[in-house]
Amino acid sequence: MSELDRRRPESFFHDRYNVTPALMEQLLGDSLARRVDDADIYLEYRVNEELVLEENVVKKASRHVSQGAGVRAQSGPRTGYAHTDDISIQNLTEAARQARAIADRAGQSGTLAVGGRGRPHDLYTLTEAPIVTELARKVDLLRRVDAACRAADARVKQVIVSLASEEVVMLIATASGFAVGDVRPLTRLNVTAIAEDGARREMGAFGGGGRVPFDFYLEGERWQRFASEAARQAALKLSAVDAPAGAMTVVLGPGWPGILLHEAIGHGLEGDFNRKGVSAFSGRIGQKVASELVTVVDDGTMANRRGSLNVDDEGTPTGRTVLIENGILRGYLQDRLNARLMGMAPTGNGRRESFAHPPLPRMTNTFMLAGQDDPEDILRSVDRGLYAVSFGGGQVDITSGKFVFSASEAYLIENGRVTRPVKGATLIGNGPDALTRVSRVGRDLALDEGVGTCGKDGQSVPVGVGLPTIRLDGMTVGGTAV
Amino acid sequence: MTQVDTDLLVSVLRRAAERGATAADGFLVEDTSFSASVRLGQVDTVTHSREQRLSLRVFAGRASAAASTSDLSRASLERVVDEATALARVTAEDPHAGLPDPAALIEHVPDLELEDRQAPELTPEDKIEAARRAEAAALAVDPRITNSEGAEYFDRRARYAYATSHGFARGYTTSSFGITVSPVASQNGEMQRDSWYTTARRRRALEDAEAVGRTAAARALRRLGARKVKTAEVPIIFDPDTAASLIRSIAGAASGPSLYRRASFLLDRLGTRVASAAVTVVDDGLIEAALGSRPFDGEGLPTRRTALVRDGVLESYLLDTYSARKLGRASTHHASRDGAGVSVGTTNLMLLPGAETPESLIRSVRSGLYVTELIGFGVNGVTGDYSRGAVGLWIDNGELAYPVEEVTVAGNLLEMFDRIDGIGNDLVLRDRTAAPTLKIARMVVAGD
Repeated sequence: MSELDRRRPESFFHDRYNVTPALMEQLLGDSLARRVDDADIYLEYRVNEELVLEENVVKKASRHVSQGAGVRAQSGPRTGYAHTDDISIQNLTEAARQARAIADRAGQSGTLAVGGRGRPHDLYTLTEAPIVTELARKVDLLRRVDAACRAADARVKQVIVSLASEEVVMLIATASGFAVGDVRPLTRLNVTAIAEDGARREMGAFGGGGRVPFDFYLEGERWQRFASEAARQAALKLSAVDAPAGAMTVVLGPGWPGILLHEAIGHGLEGDFNRKGVSAFSGRIGQKVASELVTVVDDGTMANRRGSLNVDDEGTPTGRTVLIENGILRGYLQDRLNARLMGMAPTGNGRRESFAHPPLPRMTNTFMLAGQDDPEDILRSVDRGLYAVSFGGGQVDITSGKFVFSASEAYLIENGRVTRPVKGATLIGNGPDALTRVSRVGRDLALDEGVGTCGKDGQSVPVGVGLPTIRLDGMTVGGTAV
Repeated sequence: MTQVDTDLLVSVLRRAAERGATAADGFLVEDTSFSASVRLGQVDTVTHSREQRLSLRVFAGRASAAASTSDLSRASLERVVDEATALARVTAEDPHAGLPDPAALIEHVPDLELEDRQAPELTPEDKIEAARRAEAAALAVDPRITNSEGAEYFDRRARYAYATSHGFARGYTTSSFGITVSPVASQNGEMQRDSWYTTARRRRALEDAEAVGRTAAARALRRLGARKVKTAEVPIIFDPDTAASLIRSIAGAASGPSLYRRASFLLDRLGTRVASAAVTVVDDGLIEAALGSRPFDGEGLPTRRTALVRDGVLESYLLDTYSARKLGRASTHHASRDGAGVSVGTTNLMLLPGAETPESLIRSVRSGLYVTELIGFGVNGVTGDYSRGAVGLWIDNGELAYPVEEVTVAGNLLEMFDRIDGIGNDLVLRDRTAAPTLKIARMVVAGD
């Protein structure tokens, strides 16, 4: 891709595939517009590169190109979706025909949805996209990370460092006669360390990134911190004791533990589940669902964040949506379809993994606003409990509201002091009441380092989370020490 | 077996050789799929798709790189080859890198009946109707089935081709079909969702759509009134679906890449006891018409039946060519191909059945948990430490007494497998991984 191409999605798709917004609109007009409630054509070109260093040498280097188009027609709650990875006028016309076939079976409301208008943001214009940075510089960084990780602790026996870089060029044209494009850089550096002590072995992992240039890793020796954090976590776990089992006070550290919000409430507030009435939060807007100390927002407009977008995958500019304000449930996350059916405005949360998937309401960067408390005081306030500072993945059952998330670094709190590290344990709770248990909120809001990926209906998208230090009373901790 | 066109792959490999690659292999997947979802009797989403992907691995001496593209135009393929050869120059020489021995590659591709060539193609209307019938059957079971996340019908036809620069080129075709239903039950303000599905290589082998709907409804209904239980160490019975997830963890720890990275709780355990003597786990890629079957692996090596664990003893790892060389062993023909290159994957992975009926296993428990769903990612592949969210039914005096939710079950996989003291006779290979009902003598359930 030339420099010019990357800045202008319209000319990119014109030059490469001879497809223009005018042509897309004509296709929408001819085939779709008068017979459906909403329709759009989404074009995407994606390049991924991954470098993996193991045993101090580059073990794996790969580069992947994918391209394609998705055509969607909607009538009432029905969606017809067709996609092809061969972008040509003929294939787009055929895809439009297939998408329309479903709409033809349905009655129409006769009004075309208008959405998506508004100025796109400019959140990640980079002087150099990470995908184009020369390989030699990337390989050099991987080697330095490896050496730093091994140097951090003599018990580190294996180090795996990976650097992923991606660029997505997208262009969407909707039936309301509006086209918008975006160019999205994304990168992530991950460090995994295996530490050994006698027969005991443990793994630690740390990483970060965002819609940032390669130099992000060099700023303030960020790479060095990633390396030493992975080593520290692995070595720490070598002396971890069994995690406690049962209900107890839990203190979550700042940053990545914000995954609590993503699982406990975020998914349950996505428009599709609420339109269908299958979420534990359905019909609860205006009700108290959290302690008054709790305000949670989803914000897709933060510069250079992994979860941010200039426009969502339906062309709607992203926004900042207040989900919970002082404990009261305020809003849902919407794509165009669910917003239209619920009589609400789209919130810029219509996202898709790729052209091969229809958009769904999804989170962007989800976090809790800072409170007043000193984090040290919060820890001191606990007689016996668990202090969890890093997590693996989480999952939620939208309908029952039950969610889990697994701690990868946690400690016992005994008499107000953080004492022994404990083995990983899953925390489990109930979405609609978990945040009512928040009794202290720290002033130390932090966002995660930029590693999150969220899965829903088989579609993965990059997301961010954030949290200040908080105290939750009576969370169930799934350890083995009874 | 339908002829699969391998010419494109062969021409790409030829170009790689011209650009200086000393060896190369490539995998081509082309698939066409359709899915229709219905919710509350109305069509929700219909998706048509056509996808193709060519993945290439090139070697420059003992250095290698991978590339892939979905753009099969000549210009794009040439670019992919050039990029892969350029990437290979930044990777390090690795004495273990390379293609498998050409003499070991599959000669005759067996017909494993992986493609449905009998049942006529259904019309889109018929497919939508299948989803509609499945959901309607679920909604009709009980007035407490009040809502639905919908039902889906899908089918997929795919062609796979593999070729190497040694001149090997073979392919095969597959089909798959499925129906899933996710009803919602409610009572006194409580909502519970569950689901059930059927999937098969041949459409006529699918479970009846209405039966799938009824099973899904029964599963959602039995969750109504669920409660937390007190924290305790008790016997646990995993139903066949949740038991299958346990053997996936065993397979992950036995896979070559986890072992050579020393990131596995099965490290150095080959030939030793890793489970109760009643446990035998096999991976069999040659079962006719089964979902996990394939004639050859991602490196062209013929598929086999491998005993992973026999009578409790770890008998084999799961290896591709690279991890095998790295560990000083031979490939077990478990290479799997994805966009990022070559990894290790299972075929039809099964824990073989025992003699006891699931009912008798439940009757043998005075107080314990029967697990029907697990959520979360609390499995540590390095240590085997295990802690996941669970949903199920409490067993009281040998009877399923009431539904349970918002609890975790925790232990360590090696201890759990050692403590298996009951294996059901109810193994059904209804997906790629299957297990019978399993009883584990004790684990910690955390709740109130």
